[in-house]
Amino acid sequence: MLGALIKGLSTTFKYLFKKPVTVEYPEVKRPVRERFRGRHELKRFENGMERCIGCSLCAAACPSDAILVIPAENNPAAPNSPGERYAARYEINMLRCIFCGYCEDACPTNAIVLEHQYELSFYDRKSSIYDKSMLLVAVDKGHGEIPPVLQQLNRRPSPPAQIDL
Amino acid sequence: MDWIAILILLVRCLVLALAATTLFAYFTLFERRLLARFQNRVGPNRAGYIPLPGGKKLFGGILQPAADAVKLFFKEDVIPTLADRWVYLMAPGFAVVPALIIWVAIPLGNWPDGSGGNWLHYAPIDVGILYLLAVTSIGVYGIAVAGWASNNKYSMLGGIRASAQVISYELALGLSILGVVMQSGTLRTEGIVNAQIGMWNIVPQFMGFIIFLIASTAEVVRSPFDLVEAEQELVGGYNTEYGSMKFALFFMSEYIKLIAMNAIAVTLFLGGGNLPGIEQASAAITAGYGITAGNAAMGLMSLGAFLIKTTLLSFLSVWIRATVPRVRYDQLMNLGWVILLPLALLNVIITAVFGVVFPVGAVVPQIAMGVIGLIVIVLTTVLAAPKRTKRGVTLVRSQARN
Repeated sequence: MLGALIKGLSTTFKYLFKKPVTVEYPEVKRPVRERFRGRHELKRFENGMERCIGCSLCAAACPSDAILVIPAENNPAAPNSPGERYAARYEINMLRCIFCGYCEDACPTNAIVLEHQYELSFYDRKSSIYDKSMLLVAVDKGHGEIPPVLQQLNRRPSPPAQIDL
Repeated sequence: MDWIAILILLVRCLVLALAATTLFAYFTLFERRLLARFQNRVGPNRAGYIPLPGGKKLFGGILQPAADAVKLFFKEDVIPTLADRWVYLMAPGFAVVPALIIWVAIPLGNWPDGSGGNWLHYAPIDVGILYLLAVTSIGVYGIAVAGWASNNKYSMLGGIRASAQVISYELALGLSILGVVMQSGTLRTEGIVNAQIGMWNIVPQFMGFIIFLIASTAEVVRSPFDLVEAEQELVGGYNTEYGSMKFALFFMSEYIKLIAMNAIAVTLFLGGGNLPGIEQASAAITAGYGITAGNAAMGLMSLGAFLIKTTLLSFLSVWIRATVPRVRYDQLMNLGWVILLPLALLNVIITAVFGVVFPVGAVVPQIAMGVIGLIVIVLTTVLAAPKRTKRGVTLVRSQARN
Protein backbone atom coordinates (compact mmCIF):
# COMPACT_ATOMS: atom_id res chain seq x y z
CA MET A 1 0.00 0.00 0.00
CA LEU A 2 2.78 2.41 0.91
CA GLY A 3 4.74 1.24 -2.13
CA ALA A 4 1.78 1.92 -4.39
CA LEU A 5 1.36 5.40 -2.90
CA ILE A 6 5.03 6.25 -3.41
CA LYS A 7 4.93 4.87 -6.94
CA GLY A 8 1.90 7.01 -7.75
CA LEU A 9 3.39 10.14 -6.22
CA SER A 10 6.68 9.70 -8.06
CA THR A 11 4.82 9.19 -11.34
CA THR A 12 2.91 12.44 -10.99
CA PHE A 13 6.07 14.20 -9.82
CA LYS A 14 7.86 13.13 -12.98
CA TYR A 15 5.12 14.69 -15.06
CA LEU A 16 5.71 18.00 -13.28
CA PHE A 17 8.98 18.41 -15.18
CA LYS A 18 7.74 17.26 -18.56
CA LYS A 19 6.84 19.75 -21.20
CA PRO A 20 3.05 20.16 -21.39
CA VAL A 21 1.45 18.74 -24.50
CA THR A 22 -0.87 21.72 -24.82
CA VAL A 23 -0.65 23.70 -28.07
CA GLU A 24 -1.18 27.33 -27.12
CA TYR A 25 -3.48 28.07 -30.00
CA PRO A 26 -3.46 31.71 -31.04
CA GLU A 27 0.33 31.85 -30.80
CA VAL A 28 1.06 28.35 -32.01
CA LYS A 29 -0.99 26.85 -34.81
CA ARG A 30 -0.75 23.20 -35.59
CA PRO A 31 -0.24 22.63 -39.31
CA VAL A 32 -3.21 20.96 -40.94
CA ARG A 33 -3.08 17.93 -43.21
CA GLU A 34 -2.41 18.36 -46.92
CA ARG A 35 -5.98 17.33 -47.81
CA PHE A 36 -7.61 19.54 -45.15
CA ARG A 37 -10.69 21.32 -46.45
CA GLY A 38 -10.74 24.88 -45.19
CA ARG A 39 -11.61 28.23 -46.71
CA HIS A 40 -12.08 28.34 -50.49
CA GLU A 41 -9.81 30.17 -52.88
CA LEU A 42 -10.41 31.08 -56.50
CA LYS A 43 -7.25 30.33 -58.41
CA ARG A 44 -5.62 31.97 -61.44
CA PHE A 45 -3.56 30.76 -64.38
CA GLU A 46 0.12 31.50 -64.70
CA ASN A 47 -0.54 34.59 -66.86
CA GLY A 48 -2.86 36.08 -64.24
CA MET A 49 -6.18 35.16 -65.87
CA GLU A 50 -8.96 33.88 -63.63
CA ARG A 51 -9.51 30.16 -63.84
CA CYS A 52 -13.22 30.50 -63.14
CA ILE A 53 -15.24 30.49 -66.36
CA GLY A 54 -18.57 31.16 -64.67
CA CYS A 55 -20.07 27.76 -65.49
CA SER A 56 -21.94 27.51 -62.12
CA LEU A 57 -21.20 23.80 -61.81
CA CYS A 58 -19.94 24.41 -58.29
CA ALA A 59 -23.22 26.06 -57.33
CA ALA A 60 -25.08 23.11 -58.84
CA ALA A 61 -22.94 20.61 -56.97
CA CYS A 62 -23.20 22.40 -53.64
CA PRO A 63 -25.44 20.35 -51.29
CA SER A 64 -26.09 23.25 -48.95
CA ASP A 65 -26.69 25.88 -51.62
CA ALA A 66 -23.92 28.08 -50.30
CA ILE A 67 -22.49 29.29 -53.64
CA LEU A 68 -23.85 32.03 -55.85
CA VAL A 69 -22.35 32.51 -59.35
CA ILE A 70 -23.54 35.19 -61.73
CA PRO A 71 -21.65 34.84 -65.02
CA ALA A 72 -21.04 37.55 -67.59
CA GLU A 73 -19.58 37.68 -71.08
CA ASN A 74 -15.88 38.37 -71.34
CA ASN A 75 -14.81 41.53 -73.06
CA PRO A 76 -12.75 40.11 -75.98
CA ALA A 77 -10.33 43.04 -75.80
CA ALA A 78 -9.51 42.52 -72.12
CA PRO A 79 -10.79 39.10 -71.00
CA ASN A 80 -11.02 38.21 -67.33
CA SER A 81 -10.74 34.51 -68.03
CA PRO A 82 -9.95 32.29 -70.99
CA GLY A 83 -13.09 31.31 -72.81
CA GLU A 84 -16.31 33.20 -73.33
CA ARG A 85 -17.57 33.91 -69.81
CA TYR A 86 -16.32 34.72 -66.40
CA ALA A 87 -17.93 35.03 -62.97
CA ALA A 88 -19.10 38.59 -62.52
CA ARG A 89 -20.19 37.81 -58.98
CA TYR A 90 -18.96 34.88 -56.98
CA GLU A 91 -20.13 34.54 -53.38
CA ILE A 92 -19.87 31.78 -50.81
CA ASN A 93 -21.87 31.88 -47.62
CA MET A 94 -19.46 30.46 -45.03
CA LEU A 95 -22.28 29.83 -42.57
CA ARG A 96 -24.01 27.53 -45.04
CA CYS A 97 -20.89 25.86 -46.37
CA ILE A 98 -20.24 22.41 -44.95
CA PHE A 99 -16.74 22.12 -46.46
CA CYS A 100 -17.57 18.92 -48.30
CA GLY A 101 -15.40 19.80 -51.30
CA TYR A 102 -18.00 18.90 -53.96
CA CYS A 103 -17.48 22.29 -55.59
CA GLU A 104 -13.80 21.46 -55.96
CA ASP A 105 -14.71 18.14 -57.60
CA ALA A 106 -17.23 19.76 -59.90
CA CYS A 107 -14.98 22.54 -61.16
CA PRO A 108 -13.78 21.85 -64.74
CA THR A 109 -10.88 24.32 -64.55
CA ASN A 110 -9.69 23.64 -60.96
CA ALA A 111 -10.62 27.23 -60.16
CA ILE A 112 -12.09 26.67 -56.70
CA VAL A 113 -9.89 24.95 -54.14
CA LEU A 114 -10.49 24.42 -50.43
CA GLU A 115 -7.35 25.64 -48.76
CA HIS A 116 -5.97 25.39 -45.24
CA GLN A 117 -7.32 28.50 -43.60
CA TYR A 118 -9.82 27.46 -40.90
CA GLU A 119 -10.31 30.57 -38.76
CA LEU A 120 -13.70 31.66 -40.03
CA SER A 121 -15.65 33.64 -37.49
CA PHE A 122 -17.84 36.67 -37.89
CA TYR A 123 -19.64 39.20 -35.78
CA ASP A 124 -22.75 39.18 -38.00
CA ARG A 125 -24.29 37.05 -40.71
CA LYS A 126 -23.61 39.63 -43.42
CA SER A 127 -19.88 39.25 -43.03
CA SER A 128 -20.14 35.49 -43.39
CA ILE A 129 -20.68 35.98 -47.12
CA TYR A 130 -17.30 35.96 -48.84
CA ASP A 131 -17.37 37.70 -52.19
CA LYS A 132 -15.10 37.34 -55.17
CA SER A 133 -12.59 39.96 -54.08
CA MET A 134 -12.03 38.03 -50.85
CA LEU A 135 -11.83 34.62 -52.49
CA LEU A 136 -9.68 35.42 -55.53
CA VAL A 137 -5.94 34.99 -55.12
CA ALA A 138 -3.52 37.77 -56.06
CA VAL A 139 -2.64 38.27 -59.74
CA ASP A 140 0.94 37.06 -59.32
CA LYS A 141 -0.14 33.89 -57.44
CA GLY A 142 -1.38 32.09 -60.56
CA HIS A 143 -0.13 28.72 -61.74
CA GLY A 144 -0.50 26.38 -64.70
CA GLU A 145 -1.02 26.80 -68.44
CA ILE A 146 -4.41 27.49 -69.99
CA PRO A 147 -5.67 24.13 -71.34
CA PRO A 148 -6.00 23.85 -75.14
CA VAL A 149 -9.77 23.49 -75.07
CA LEU A 150 -10.12 26.95 -73.53
CA GLN A 151 -7.55 28.40 -75.92
CA GLN A 152 -9.56 26.97 -78.79
CA LEU A 153 -12.65 28.73 -77.58
CA ASN A 154 -10.60 31.85 -77.30
CA ARG A 155 -9.70 31.65 -81.00
CA ARG A 156 -13.25 31.00 -82.17
CA PRO A 157 -15.64 33.15 -80.15
CA SER A 158 -19.20 32.05 -80.52
CA PRO A 159 -22.10 34.49 -80.52
CA PRO A 160 -24.16 34.62 -77.33
CA ALA A 161 -27.17 33.09 -79.05
CA GLN A 162 -25.26 29.87 -79.61
CA ILE A 163 -24.68 29.42 -75.88
CA ASP A 164 -28.30 30.02 -75.04
CA LEU A 165 -29.38 27.06 -77.13
CA MET B 1 -9.56 49.48 26.23
CA ASP B 2 -9.68 52.92 24.69
CA TRP B 3 -10.90 53.66 21.19
CA ILE B 4 -7.39 53.77 19.69
CA ALA B 5 -6.81 50.17 20.73
CA ILE B 6 -10.18 49.14 19.29
CA LEU B 7 -9.37 50.92 16.03
CA ILE B 8 -6.01 49.17 15.83
CA LEU B 9 -7.70 45.84 16.48
CA LEU B 10 -10.30 46.49 13.79
CA VAL B 11 -7.63 47.37 11.25
CA ARG B 12 -5.65 44.28 12.17
CA CYS B 13 -8.74 42.09 11.76
CA LEU B 14 -9.48 43.66 8.39
CA VAL B 15 -5.91 43.02 7.29
CA LEU B 16 -6.13 39.39 8.39
CA ALA B 17 -9.46 38.79 6.63
CA LEU B 18 -8.20 40.39 3.42
CA ALA B 19 -4.95 38.44 3.65
CA ALA B 20 -6.85 35.18 4.09
CA THR B 21 -9.11 35.85 1.11
CA THR B 22 -6.18 36.95 -1.06
CA LEU B 23 -4.33 33.84 -0.02
CA PHE B 24 -7.38 31.83 -1.07
CA ALA B 25 -7.58 33.56 -4.44
CA TYR B 26 -3.95 32.91 -5.21
CA PHE B 27 -4.07 29.40 -3.83
CA THR B 28 -6.72 28.56 -6.44
CA LEU B 29 -4.37 29.85 -9.14
CA PHE B 30 -1.43 27.96 -7.58
CA GLU B 31 -3.48 24.79 -7.50
CA ARG B 32 -4.82 25.11 -11.01
CA ARG B 33 -1.43 25.79 -12.54
CA LEU B 34 0.29 23.07 -10.54
CA LEU B 35 -2.45 20.51 -11.14
CA ALA B 36 -2.26 21.30 -14.83
CA ARG B 37 1.48 20.64 -14.86
CA PHE B 38 0.94 17.38 -12.98
CA GLN B 39 -1.49 16.41 -15.73
CA ASN B 40 0.74 17.51 -18.62
CA ARG B 41 -1.29 20.65 -19.31
CA VAL B 42 -0.48 24.35 -19.06
CA GLY B 43 -3.31 25.71 -16.93
CA PRO B 44 -4.79 29.21 -16.94
CA ASN B 45 -2.07 31.54 -18.26
CA ARG B 46 -3.94 34.22 -20.18
CA ALA B 47 -5.31 36.76 -17.71
CA GLY B 48 -2.52 39.22 -17.08
CA TYR B 49 1.23 38.85 -16.83
CA ILE B 50 4.32 40.70 -15.68
CA PRO B 51 6.15 41.96 -18.76
CA LEU B 52 9.88 41.34 -18.83
CA PRO B 53 12.42 43.06 -21.09
CA GLY B 54 12.76 41.14 -24.33
CA GLY B 55 9.06 40.45 -24.75
CA LYS B 56 9.07 37.64 -22.20
CA LYS B 57 5.99 37.18 -20.02
CA LEU B 58 6.34 36.24 -16.38
CA PHE B 59 3.57 34.67 -14.28
CA GLY B 60 1.00 34.37 -17.04
CA GLY B 61 -2.48 34.23 -15.50
CA ILE B 62 -1.66 36.39 -12.51
CA LEU B 63 -5.05 38.11 -12.79
CA GLN B 64 -7.03 34.88 -13.20
CA PRO B 65 -8.47 35.00 -9.64
CA ALA B 66 -9.69 38.56 -10.27
CA ALA B 67 -11.30 37.45 -13.54
CA ASP B 68 -12.98 34.53 -11.78
CA ALA B 69 -14.26 36.80 -9.02
CA VAL B 70 -15.72 39.25 -11.54
CA LYS B 71 -17.37 36.39 -13.41
CA LEU B 72 -18.92 34.99 -10.23
CA PHE B 73 -20.15 38.41 -9.11
CA PHE B 74 -22.03 39.01 -12.33
CA LYS B 75 -23.66 35.61 -12.59
CA GLU B 76 -27.38 35.33 -12.07
CA ASP B 77 -28.37 34.67 -8.48
CA VAL B 78 -31.04 31.99 -8.41
CA ILE B 79 -32.87 30.85 -5.30
CA PRO B 80 -34.79 27.59 -5.77
CA THR B 81 -38.53 28.00 -5.20
CA LEU B 82 -38.77 25.12 -2.75
CA ALA B 83 -35.63 26.01 -0.81
CA ASP B 84 -35.91 27.18 2.77
CA ARG B 85 -35.14 30.74 1.80
CA TRP B 86 -33.48 32.21 4.86
CA VAL B 87 -31.51 29.13 5.83
CA TYR B 88 -30.49 28.76 2.22
CA LEU B 89 -29.15 32.30 2.20
CA MET B 90 -27.41 31.96 5.55
CA ALA B 91 -25.59 28.68 4.83
CA PRO B 92 -22.66 30.17 2.85
CA GLY B 93 -22.06 32.53 5.75
CA PHE B 94 -22.11 29.61 8.18
CA ALA B 95 -19.45 27.98 6.09
CA VAL B 96 -17.16 30.93 5.49
CA VAL B 97 -17.06 32.58 8.91
CA PRO B 98 -15.48 29.63 10.79
CA ALA B 99 -12.94 29.27 7.99
CA LEU B 100 -11.91 32.90 8.47
CA ILE B 101 -11.83 32.96 12.25
CA ILE B 102 -9.56 29.90 12.44
CA TRP B 103 -6.71 32.23 11.61
CA VAL B 104 -6.84 34.34 14.77
CA ALA B 105 -5.44 31.56 16.96
CA ILE B 106 -2.57 30.62 14.68
CA PRO B 107 0.72 32.43 15.40
CA LEU B 108 1.72 33.51 11.92
CA GLY B 109 5.17 34.54 13.05
CA ASN B 110 6.82 36.41 15.85
CA TRP B 111 6.70 40.20 15.60
CA PRO B 112 6.97 41.55 19.17
CA ASP B 113 4.99 44.78 19.60
CA GLY B 114 7.17 45.98 22.45
CA SER B 115 4.65 45.43 25.23
CA GLY B 116 4.73 41.66 25.49
CA GLY B 117 2.35 41.06 22.60
CA ASN B 118 2.81 39.73 19.10
CA TRP B 119 1.49 41.57 16.04
CA LEU B 120 1.22 38.33 14.10
CA HIS B 121 -0.76 36.40 16.70
CA TYR B 122 -4.23 37.85 17.01
CA ALA B 123 -5.74 35.89 19.88
CA PRO B 124 -3.27 34.32 22.32
CA ILE B 125 -5.94 32.17 23.96
CA ASP B 126 -5.05 29.87 26.86
CA VAL B 127 -6.82 26.98 25.13
CA GLY B 128 -5.83 27.90 21.60
CA ILE B 129 -5.71 24.27 20.46
CA LEU B 130 -9.25 23.62 21.67
CA TYR B 131 -10.38 26.76 19.86
CA LEU B 132 -8.79 25.54 16.63
CA LEU B 133 -10.42 22.11 16.93
CA ALA B 134 -13.82 23.60 17.76
CA VAL B 135 -13.82 26.14 14.96
CA THR B 136 -12.59 23.76 12.27
CA SER B 137 -15.39 21.33 13.03
CA ILE B 138 -18.06 24.03 13.29
CA GLY B 139 -17.51 24.72 9.60
CA VAL B 140 -19.36 21.53 8.71
CA TYR B 141 -22.62 23.12 9.87
CA GLY B 142 -22.51 25.37 6.84
CA ILE B 143 -22.24 22.38 4.56
CA ALA B 144 -24.91 20.31 6.34
CA VAL B 145 -27.31 23.25 6.54
CA ALA B 146 -26.72 24.09 2.88
CA GLY B 147 -27.54 20.52 1.92
CA TRP B 148 -30.71 20.57 3.94
CA ALA B 149 -31.94 24.02 2.93
CA SER B 150 -31.53 23.41 -0.80
CA ASN B 151 -34.39 20.90 -0.71
CA ASN B 152 -32.57 18.72 -3.20
CA LYS B 153 -31.80 15.07 -2.59
CA TYR B 154 -28.26 15.29 -3.93
CA SER B 155 -27.45 18.31 -1.80
CA MET B 156 -28.95 16.52 1.18
CA LEU B 157 -26.79 13.44 0.58
CA GLY B 158 -23.72 15.66 0.28
CA GLY B 159 -24.53 17.39 3.55
CA ILE B 160 -25.11 14.09 5.37
CA ARG B 161 -21.89 12.66 4.03
CA ALA B 162 -20.03 15.76 5.17
CA SER B 163 -21.29 15.54 8.72
CA ALA B 164 -20.62 11.79 8.97
CA GLN B 165 -17.13 12.21 7.57
CA VAL B 166 -16.17 15.14 9.75
CA ILE B 167 -17.43 13.42 12.91
CA SER B 168 -15.42 10.31 12.04
CA TYR B 169 -12.17 12.11 11.44
CA GLU B 170 -12.57 14.61 14.25
CA LEU B 171 -11.47 11.95 16.76
CA ALA B 172 -8.27 11.00 15.00
CA LEU B 173 -7.49 14.66 14.42
CA GLY B 174 -7.99 15.57 18.06
CA LEU B 175 -5.94 12.61 19.30
CA SER B 176 -3.07 13.35 16.93
CA ILE B 177 -3.03 16.92 18.27
CA LEU B 178 -3.18 15.53 21.81
CA GLY B 179 0.22 13.93 21.25
CA VAL B 180 1.66 17.33 20.38
CA VAL B 181 0.02 18.91 23.42
CA MET B 182 1.55 16.23 25.67
CA GLN B 183 4.93 16.71 24.00
CA SER B 184 4.89 20.48 24.55
CA GLY B 185 2.98 20.52 27.82
CA THR B 186 0.77 23.45 26.82
CA LEU B 187 -2.51 24.19 25.06
CA ARG B 188 -1.34 27.62 23.91
CA THR B 189 -0.42 27.69 20.23
CA GLU B 190 2.51 30.08 20.73
CA GLY B 191 3.70 27.85 23.59
CA ILE B 192 3.76 24.89 21.22
CA VAL B 193 5.72 26.93 18.67
CA ASN B 194 8.22 28.03 21.31
CA ALA B 195 8.63 24.45 22.53
CA GLN B 196 9.82 23.51 19.03
CA ILE B 197 12.80 25.85 18.92
CA GLY B 198 15.31 23.06 19.47
CA MET B 199 13.59 20.33 17.50
CA TRP B 200 10.45 20.42 15.43
CA ASN B 201 7.61 18.22 16.59
CA ILE B 202 7.66 16.32 13.32
CA VAL B 203 10.60 14.25 14.64
CA PRO B 204 9.13 12.90 17.88
CA GLN B 205 5.55 13.10 16.68
CA PHE B 206 6.09 11.66 13.21
CA MET B 207 3.14 9.30 13.54
CA GLY B 208 0.97 12.15 14.81
CA PHE B 209 2.02 14.25 11.83
CA ILE B 210 0.99 11.58 9.33
CA ILE B 211 -2.33 11.02 11.12
CA PHE B 212 -2.90 14.76 11.26
CA LEU B 213 -2.23 15.14 7.52
CA ILE B 214 -4.69 12.38 6.60
CA ALA B 215 -7.34 13.45 9.09
CA SER B 216 -7.09 17.12 8.16
CA THR B 217 -7.44 16.27 4.47
CA ALA B 218 -10.62 14.39 5.35
CA GLU B 219 -11.72 17.19 7.66
CA VAL B 220 -11.63 19.78 4.87
CA VAL B 221 -13.32 17.23 2.54
CA ARG B 222 -10.58 17.41 -0.02
CA SER B 223 -9.48 14.85 -2.57
CA PRO B 224 -9.07 11.85 -2.03
CA PHE B 225 -11.76 12.23 0.65
CA ASP B 226 -14.04 14.55 -1.34
CA LEU B 227 -17.08 12.30 -1.26
CA VAL B 228 -19.15 15.29 -0.26
CA GLU B 229 -18.92 16.72 -3.74
CA ALA B 230 -18.35 13.55 -5.71
CA GLU B 231 -19.70 14.81 -8.98
CA GLN B 232 -20.11 11.35 -10.48
CA GLU B 233 -22.60 10.46 -7.77
CA LEU B 234 -23.99 13.68 -6.33
CA VAL B 235 -23.96 16.20 -9.22
CA GLY B 236 -22.22 18.92 -7.21
CA GLY B 237 -22.88 17.69 -3.67
CA TYR B 238 -24.07 20.19 -1.10
CA ASN B 239 -23.50 23.18 -3.40
CA THR B 240 -25.55 21.84 -6.32
CA GLU B 241 -28.22 24.49 -5.88
CA TYR B 242 -25.84 27.35 -5.19
CA GLY B 243 -24.59 29.71 -7.85
CA SER B 244 -22.92 33.05 -8.28
CA MET B 245 -21.27 34.54 -5.20
CA LYS B 246 -22.94 32.06 -2.83
CA PHE B 247 -21.10 29.25 -4.52
CA ALA B 248 -17.93 31.32 -4.37
CA LEU B 249 -18.33 31.58 -0.61
CA PHE B 250 -18.48 27.79 -0.26
CA PHE B 251 -15.47 27.46 -2.52
CA MET B 252 -13.69 30.07 -0.46
CA SER B 253 -14.49 28.44 2.88
CA GLU B 254 -13.22 25.11 1.57
CA TYR B 255 -9.92 26.51 0.39
CA ILE B 256 -9.34 28.83 3.33
CA LYS B 257 -9.93 25.87 5.60
CA LEU B 258 -7.44 23.84 3.62
CA ILE B 259 -4.76 26.52 3.92
CA ALA B 260 -5.63 26.99 7.59
CA MET B 261 -5.23 23.25 8.18
CA ASN B 262 -1.83 23.40 6.53
CA ALA B 263 -0.99 26.41 8.69
CA ILE B 264 -2.06 24.49 11.81
CA ALA B 265 0.12 21.57 10.72
CA VAL B 266 3.04 23.98 10.36
CA THR B 267 2.31 25.42 13.81
CA LEU B 268 2.01 22.06 15.51
CA PHE B 269 4.60 19.97 13.72
CA LEU B 270 6.93 22.12 11.64
CA GLY B 271 7.93 24.74 14.17
CA GLY B 272 5.64 27.61 13.08
CA GLY B 273 7.72 30.63 12.18
CA ASN B 274 10.89 29.13 13.61
CA LEU B 275 13.86 28.76 11.32
CA PRO B 276 17.46 28.50 12.49
CA GLY B 277 19.23 31.82 11.98
CA ILE B 278 16.27 34.19 12.32
CA GLU B 279 17.10 34.98 15.96
CA GLN B 280 20.72 35.81 15.17
CA ALA B 281 19.84 37.93 12.13
CA SER B 282 17.26 39.96 14.01
CA ALA B 283 19.66 40.40 16.93
CA ALA B 284 22.24 41.78 14.49
CA ILE B 285 19.66 44.20 13.04
CA THR B 286 18.61 45.25 16.54
CA ALA B 287 22.23 46.01 17.35
CA GLY B 288 22.63 48.05 14.15
CA TYR B 289 19.29 49.86 13.71
CA GLY B 290 17.45 49.74 17.02
CA ILE B 291 14.81 47.54 18.60
CA THR B 292 11.90 48.52 16.29
CA ALA B 293 13.75 47.56 13.13
CA GLY B 294 14.98 44.38 14.80
CA ASN B 295 11.45 43.40 15.79
CA ALA B 296 10.13 44.18 12.32
CA ALA B 297 12.88 42.13 10.70
CA MET B 298 12.17 39.24 13.01
CA GLY B 299 8.43 39.47 12.32
CA LEU B 300 8.87 39.55 8.55
CA MET B 301 11.42 36.75 8.52
CA SER B 302 9.35 34.48 10.74
CA LEU B 303 6.24 35.26 8.69
CA GLY B 304 8.19 34.38 5.57
CA ALA B 305 9.37 31.11 7.09
CA PHE B 306 5.81 30.31 8.13
CA LEU B 307 4.43 31.04 4.68
CA ILE B 308 7.14 29.00 2.97
CA LYS B 309 6.38 25.99 5.15
CA THR B 310 2.65 26.43 4.55
CA THR B 311 3.25 26.64 0.80
CA LEU B 312 5.27 23.42 0.90
CA LEU B 313 2.42 21.63 2.66
CA SER B 314 -0.04 23.13 0.16
CA PHE B 315 2.14 21.76 -2.62
CA LEU B 316 1.80 18.37 -0.95
CA SER B 317 -2.01 18.77 -0.91
CA VAL B 318 -2.08 19.52 -4.63
CA TRP B 319 0.33 16.69 -5.34
CA ILE B 320 -1.86 14.22 -3.48
CA ARG B 321 -4.93 15.52 -5.24
CA ALA B 322 -3.20 14.95 -8.57
CA THR B 323 -2.24 11.41 -7.62
CA VAL B 324 -4.73 9.59 -5.42
CA PRO B 325 -8.19 8.60 -6.67
CA ARG B 326 -11.25 9.14 -4.50
CA VAL B 327 -11.88 6.51 -1.83
CA ARG B 328 -15.10 4.57 -1.51
CA TYR B 329 -17.47 5.45 1.32
CA ASP B 330 -16.87 2.23 3.29
CA GLN B 331 -13.10 2.65 2.82
CA LEU B 332 -13.38 6.17 4.18
CA MET B 333 -15.19 5.05 7.32
CA ASN B 334 -12.90 2.06 7.70
CA LEU B 335 -9.79 4.22 7.50
CA GLY B 336 -11.16 6.67 10.04
CA TRP B 337 -12.48 4.29 12.68
CA VAL B 338 -10.45 1.12 12.31
CA ILE B 339 -7.02 2.46 11.36
CA LEU B 340 -6.51 6.12 12.22
CA LEU B 341 -8.27 6.15 15.57
CA PRO B 342 -6.31 3.21 17.10
CA LEU B 343 -3.09 4.58 15.60
CA ALA B 344 -3.73 7.96 17.19
CA LEU B 345 -4.43 6.27 20.54
CA LEU B 346 -1.20 4.32 20.18
CA ASN B 347 0.60 7.58 19.48
CA VAL B 348 -0.82 9.08 22.68
CA ILE B 349 0.33 6.01 24.63
CA ILE B 350 3.85 6.14 23.17
CA THR B 351 4.09 9.86 23.91
CA ALA B 352 2.89 9.30 27.46
CA VAL B 353 5.36 6.47 28.12
CA PHE B 354 8.29 8.40 26.69
CA GLY B 355 7.24 11.50 28.62
CA VAL B 356 7.27 9.60 31.89
CA VAL B 357 10.38 7.48 31.34
CA PHE B 358 12.75 10.00 29.76
CA PRO B 359 13.59 13.53 30.93
CA VAL B 360 12.03 16.48 29.09
CA GLY B 361 14.02 17.66 26.09
CA ALA B 362 16.32 14.65 25.75
CA VAL B 363 17.20 14.36 22.06
CA VAL B 364 17.83 10.62 21.61
CA PRO B 365 14.47 9.43 23.01
CA GLN B 366 12.67 11.93 20.77
CA ILE B 367 14.40 10.57 17.69
CA ALA B 368 13.65 7.05 18.91
CA MET B 369 10.00 8.03 19.18
CA GLY B 370 10.00 9.25 15.61
CA VAL B 371 11.59 6.01 14.44
CA ILE B 372 9.01 3.98 16.37
CA GLY B 373 6.25 6.04 14.76
CA LEU B 374 7.70 5.42 11.31
CA ILE B 375 7.92 1.68 11.96
CA VAL B 376 4.34 1.58 13.22
CA ILE B 377 3.08 3.39 10.14
CA VAL B 378 4.96 1.12 7.75
CA LEU B 379 3.70 -1.94 9.62
CA THR B 380 0.14 -0.63 9.51
CA THR B 381 0.27 -0.01 5.78
CA VAL B 382 1.57 -3.53 5.25
CA LEU B 383 -0.88 -5.23 7.60
CA ALA B 384 -3.97 -3.17 6.86
CA ALA B 385 -3.61 -3.33 3.10
CA PRO B 386 -6.80 -4.72 1.62
CA LYS B 387 -6.32 -8.38 0.94
CA ARG B 388 -6.75 -9.25 -2.65
CA THR B 389 -9.21 -12.08 -2.61
CA LYS B 390 -8.78 -14.13 -5.71
CA ARG B 391 -11.91 -13.86 -7.73
CA GLY B 392 -12.74 -16.57 -10.15
CA VAL B 393 -15.44 -18.79 -11.45
CA THR B 394 -15.72 -22.24 -9.99
CA LEU B 395 -16.97 -24.68 -12.53
CA VAL B 396 -19.52 -27.09 -11.17
CA ARG B 397 -20.59 -30.10 -13.10
CA SER B 398 -24.31 -29.79 -13.40
CA GLN B 399 -26.64 -32.69 -13.26
CA ALA B 400 -27.37 -33.84 -16.75
CA ARG B 401 -30.85 -32.90 -17.73
CA ASN B 402 -33.03 -35.89 -18.08
